[in-house]
Amino acid sequence: METENKKIKIGWFTFSCCEDSTIVMTELMNEHWQEWKKIFDFRHVSVLKSKNILDELDIAFVEGAIASQDHINKLKEIRKKSKKIIAIGACACIGMPSAQRNYFNKEQKQEIETLIARFSALSEVLKVSDVVKIDAEVPGCPMDPDKFLNVVSNLVKEFNQ
Amino acid sequence: MHTFDLSLDRLSKVEGSASLDVRVKDNKVESVQFKITEYKRFFTQAMKGKPILALPQLLARICGTCSNAHLLCSIEACENALDMPHSEQTGILRDLTMHGLMIRDHALHLYIFSMPDLYGKDAFLDFDENDPEEHQILHDAFEIKAAGNFLATLVAGRSVHAVHPTIGGFLRFPEKSGVEEAIKKLEAIRPAVLRLIEIYKKAPFHFDRQTNFMALVPEKYGYLHGIIVDSKGNKILEKDFRDHLERVVLPYSQASAYKHENESYMVGALARMNLAKNRLHPKTRDMLGETLNIFPSTDIFRNNLAQAIEILHSVDDSIDILTNKKFEPEPVIKPVYKDSVGIGVIEAPRGTLYHKVHVGADGMVKEGEIIVPTGQNQINIEEDIHRLVEELVPNMEKEKIAFEIEKLIRAYDPCMSCASHFLKVNWIKS
Repeated sequence: METENKKIKIGWFTFSCCEDSTIVMTELMNEHWQEWKKIFDFRHVSVLKSKNILDELDIAFVEGAIASQDHINKLKEIRKKSKKIIAIGACACIGMPSAQRNYFNKEQKQEIETLIARFSALSEVLKVSDVVKIDAEVPGCPMDPDKFLNVVSNLVKEFNQ
Repeated sequence: MHTFDLSLDRLSKVEGSASLDVRVKDNKVESVQFKITEYKRFFTQAMKGKPILALPQLLARICGTCSNAHLLCSIEACENALDMPHSEQTGILRDLTMHGLMIRDHALHLYIFSMPDLYGKDAFLDFDENDPEEHQILHDAFEIKAAGNFLATLVAGRSVHAVHPTIGGFLRFPEKSGVEEAIKKLEAIRPAVLRLIEIYKKAPFHFDRQTNFMALVPEKYGYLHGIIVDSKGNKILEKDFRDHLERVVLPYSQASAYKHENESYMVGALARMNLAKNRLHPKTRDMLGETLNIFPSTDIFRNNLAQAIEILHSVDDSIDILTNKKFEPEPVIKPVYKDSVGIGVIEAPRGTLYHKVHVGADGMVKEGEIIVPTGQNQINIEEDIHRLVEELVPNMEKEKIAFEIEKLIRAYDPCMSCASHFLKVNWIKS
């Protein structure tokens, strides 16, 4: 029971993107699953489990760009409940390519406006740091696996101090 | 008599987000709305005005897990537009890229997403290392995934958004030492793949409903060439595929849905196995024997068994190619631009994928169209859920029905990132 308490509570959240970094993370599991099983409590990782709990997290990994008010509200809730937020992949770090519609010309914007309205999407797609403070980022499209492992090992050291 | 509405907040263990509204009145299902809630990223708009040489890498970003399928489908469309034949070696390297994708993507679905349902667990990592059977499954899963990942990386540079395949050929070629290591890894996982096939052969979940199946059927079981065939016997050339699909706008979904001859249909591994099982690699066929008699099947859960068999086929065909073929560096063929339209149709892990591109004489993209497998399966999924809920509602409580729906949807291995990502079932009160 004691070891269970010591596990680092993590969440993995996905907003508007292609989930490429989720796939890279599941490929990194091929080599790291036994180690991660010992040190992490996967509290909220919808790609891996159904019973997800968003209470208190040590680390929230956030992938994807922010495309709606619901996304903003969810991200703010994650910030409130997490000690660290790590932006994962290009869409979270810089918005692109999910934010490509921000750069459409007038004619292209007119063609998509009914769809933007129908699903109440934001007029401009945002990167994660536009909405909440982030503690670190792992750029790349998809995320750079070595940088991710580096960020993870630094955080594990920090939480185990 | 039951009257209720169901709300599933998020379908987990799938690619992307979707929600579902089900309305039941006096044991009759009044409506089923499968909504793909992934926010549109407008790739068919964004492609306009882009240089054609940059297009395949842009469109790979439609989807993380089947990224390399979008990449190869877009390359095919662009090369067809520019009348560019490719070398034999390029064709073989593309086949290997698809095999790497099928092995790692199907294994992700079968182990990480679906296997917990079979063993009554919430998550794959909840499997018990101290239980001999579960220990074996855990290790098999990550070894199979790793071998697929290794093959994809060796041939295509990365398993996600691969960097070696390009219009006109490949930018790098597999080294001999890598090829030898890949053969070893693939041979090592073969017994694990056979155990996986056995698990899904014996799996107790079934749901049978007559529907039409459609797939690109090649001469030799594969994913890149052939004629589109359906279970009614229709044969369609790749270039004519779009003319046979009717787009259906579902106002509640971020994705476009499609019908064929005014009926729903299914694409994916089950469709391919139903239509082309006799073309599997001879070693795969010999090994499986009577197991293949299960197909053709209209049981949607057999899609999982078909995926497991495809892993074995991809392992056997890859070992065959890697053992018998030597790879030499080749220059990339340079395109000559002209105003023209090209079509690419391939079998992505989840089914038939269509890319169309119209390029101008300046090499800039004018417009295009993309039709993804999950969009094509959307109406079939709704019709299946309708039947399933109607069958279950007299004797099962709401929460259990919600779980049964999730299992059924998961069997399709839908990809909401592609179709436009979670499942939210909203039971609506009437």
